[in-house]
Amino acid sequence: MALITFTNKGIFCKQGGFYIDPWQPVDLAVTTHGHADHVKWGNKAYLCHDLTKPVLLQRLGFDLPVETLPYNKAISINGVSVSFFPAGHVIGSAQVRLEYKGEIVVVSGDYKVEFDGISTQFEPVKCHSFVSESTFGLPIYKWKPQAEVFQQISSWVSDNHEQQKTSVLVAYSLGKAQRLIKNLSGLANIYVHNSIANLNEGFIRAGVDLPETIRITPEIKKEELQQGIVIVPPALADGKWMKSLMHAATGVCSGWMQVRAGRRWRAADAGFALSDHADWPGLLSAIKATEAEKVYVTHGFVSTFSKYLNEIGIESEEVTTRYGNEDDEEKEILKEA
Amino acid sequence: MKRFAQLIAQLETSNKTNDKIAALVSYFSTADEQDKPYVVAMFTGKRPRRPVNTALIRLWATELSGIPPWLFAESYHSVGDLSETIALVLPPASRNTDRKLHEWIGDLAMIATKDDEAKKEFILNAWDSLDTQERFIFNKLISGNFRIGVSNKMLVNAISKQSDTDSNKIMHSIMGKWKPGEITYKELIEGAHVNTDNSWPYPFCLAYALEAEPSSLGGTEEWQAEWKWDGIRGQIVKRNGELFIWSRGEELVTDQFPELHFLKDEIPDGTVIDGEILSVKDGAVQAFSILQQRLNRKTINKAQLKDAPIGFYIYDLLEFEGTDIRTEPLSERRRLLEELVLTFSDHQVAILSPVVAFTDWDELAEIRKGSRENNSEGLMLKKLSSFYHSGRKRGDWWKWKINPYTVDTVMIYAQKGSGRRANHFTDYTFAVRDGEQLITVAKAYSGLTDKEIKEVDAFVKKNAIEKFGPVRTVKPELVFEIAFEGIAESKRHKAGLALRFPRIARWRKDKKAAEINTLEDLRQLLASTLL
Repeated sequence: MALITFTNKGIFCKQGGFYIDPWQPVDLAVTTHGHADHVKWGNKAYLCHDLTKPVLLQRLGFDLPVETLPYNKAISINGVSVSFFPAGHVIGSAQVRLEYKGEIVVVSGDYKVEFDGISTQFEPVKCHSFVSESTFGLPIYKWKPQAEVFQQISSWVSDNHEQQKTSVLVAYSLGKAQRLIKNLSGLANIYVHNSIANLNEGFIRAGVDLPETIRITPEIKKEELQQGIVIVPPALADGKWMKSLMHAATGVCSGWMQVRAGRRWRAADAGFALSDHADWPGLLSAIKATEAEKVYVTHGFVSTFSKYLNEIGIESEEVTTRYGNEDDEEKEILKEA
Repeated sequence: MKRFAQLIAQLETSNKTNDKIAALVSYFSTADEQDKPYVVAMFTGKRPRRPVNTALIRLWATELSGIPPWLFAESYHSVGDLSETIALVLPPASRNTDRKLHEWIGDLAMIATKDDEAKKEFILNAWDSLDTQERFIFNKLISGNFRIGVSNKMLVNAISKQSDTDSNKIMHSIMGKWKPGEITYKELIEGAHVNTDNSWPYPFCLAYALEAEPSSLGGTEEWQAEWKWDGIRGQIVKRNGELFIWSRGEELVTDQFPELHFLKDEIPDGTVIDGEILSVKDGAVQAFSILQQRLNRKTINKAQLKDAPIGFYIYDLLEFEGTDIRTEPLSERRRLLEELVLTFSDHQVAILSPVVAFTDWDELAEIRKGSRENNSEGLMLKKLSSFYHSGRKRGDWWKWKINPYTVDTVMIYAQKGSGRRANHFTDYTFAVRDGEQLITVAKAYSGLTDKEIKEVDAFVKKNAIEKFGPVRTVKPELVFEIAFEGIAESKRHKAGLALRFPRIARWRKDKKAAEINTLEDLRQLLASTLL
């Protein structure tokens, strides 16, 4: 009997009696991170990393039954040793390591390999079976070092400033927003949408060293925004509020911006290929480092990536999950905000 | 090259015409002098011979990136553009050079005659010295196929603005025969080359669709009405004993239409006429589907000449006795044209497009209803005082088309788009009912808003039944109204018929798949057009 199975409720550990990132309500949801495609409302109990707790409380309710663990500390659930290792995806994101009778399985959730300046850097964990995402599992996705991308963003911001345009960066509220704030801090005042400000407050209370930002309120004058950098989530990028900002230049920060079609699709003024997911070389290096005998490939270019792994001698299988739709998540946040 | 790469990036990041024109003006004000004519040539579709074939380029890129060919193919499906796919999959460049655009183009022309080994060495070397965006451009230089949303008209407007020269003159100049290596940008603007060239056509005068009621155009006495023929717009140029036939796509199509060659002996030198290439049999204009048998063929056999004989319906006279008369009023040009046509010895092939007589707009609206009976698409309204403008200008000429045919269909396949639409399911295949079966009748991709595309995309992802490479079979549930301009018999299609210019008119969320049209409905329509 395998330690994990892929069921219609989520990734199930029968021996432990819990699910990892389930999409249907269960008794215990071991949660890799707080993006809405990985954590749903309605589970009887949640177990996540210390820094994912503020996100869950913020999003699913302050009375949510959440237990937490730091990285690298194992607990036993029905005899299964469960521990978290950094996934480098967003603040608090974790790979879940399970060990039972010598068999080790790692469910990585979403991950990226490069250190982003704010999330604890990805740590490869040796295991027998590894569950990997494949969001950018095509060889066309190779990120530039983030220093270069932030250099591009900085010069874009100063160009906008010269042309008296407001710089509006479009980024997911959880993850990309904090990464931008950390790396652009000092360049100009940073104004953030409610959904981002709420998360930031939670992180700061939990002890994350996050630079100061200003919550956008109706009272803030448009002229004031023009001097700074504005960060909004994607669901807001085409909305009324954006149209009300005169002379705004929008820059979308997403791995999809690597490809021209992605840039034109968003019809943004600029696209920056900045992703919180591993690129092609990142996926391959992470997988090789686990020395796993079997790799389960989920959300993304599943069949392509899995086929390639098999061809290069890493046994792999495609599995169907409901992860990978981060746009849905943004819609949910906006409802709350 | 870096400056050109910057221009392309600017053109691609905006969808506003003004931004694009500003980017072009800035480019032509600052770029290398020798580069400029090459850029004009590229944007107007003047392509040099392809120096290396695509299969080789693809092979080398796959080899160099160390991925299996199937994975390259998957990447290409996702990107939607071969040049860009190659630029992205290659390993990072080891160095960076900044050579001028025309130097790269010159080198590419040189290697065209070399053997494959030499070509490979050159290409691999180039790839290793260019960043991703420059590599993309370099690959486009090889394919010669730049599609970046710059129309001829937009380019002309930008050059006109940059050089403070009349846009007609620029259009004229860039449409003539010239080679980027043999002309300077200044000479190009001045049109130094066009006078010595016998063949040059004039830019076509185009019309906007009439959206308002025709009565808003004012008095009927100021207007001339003609049928809007459904063929290939063409210009016949006769200068210095030579005859040239140009199509609207600025292609020289003289050899495709031997029926019209007799005009060489009928039309005096220094004459340019504008009209419509049609199939005309026994004095009647045929459906476009008949003309289609004659298009884009290298050789024409006797059967084709017999089954789809060509005629030319003449609309206008642009050059007369060697003088450009486009700024004479239409009434005067028409008078001269009628005199000219009278001198022809044959009146079966080159025919004056008749003026439709009418006294009030209501009467004309009635006449328009009969457009399909003579295989026209509706009416053209031209102001009698109008000039023959370059391109589209609002106010003087209007096309007043009849409504397209429509059919309700259900979507059965979806495929990811290319270019801007890669990564979303945007290309759909539609079917009508044939008894218990669904039978494909059209493929279409345009006509939906981005928001609707996202909605359909989500539907496809949830309801995919089967997968064939990039194509998904989907549950036949979404009903779309497809508009089309014509219908023809087709042996290649399972339905036995093909729709012309099919596009999505509306997403019929109010209809169920059970309510769509049947194949029999379309067969009846086909029969009615062939009477």
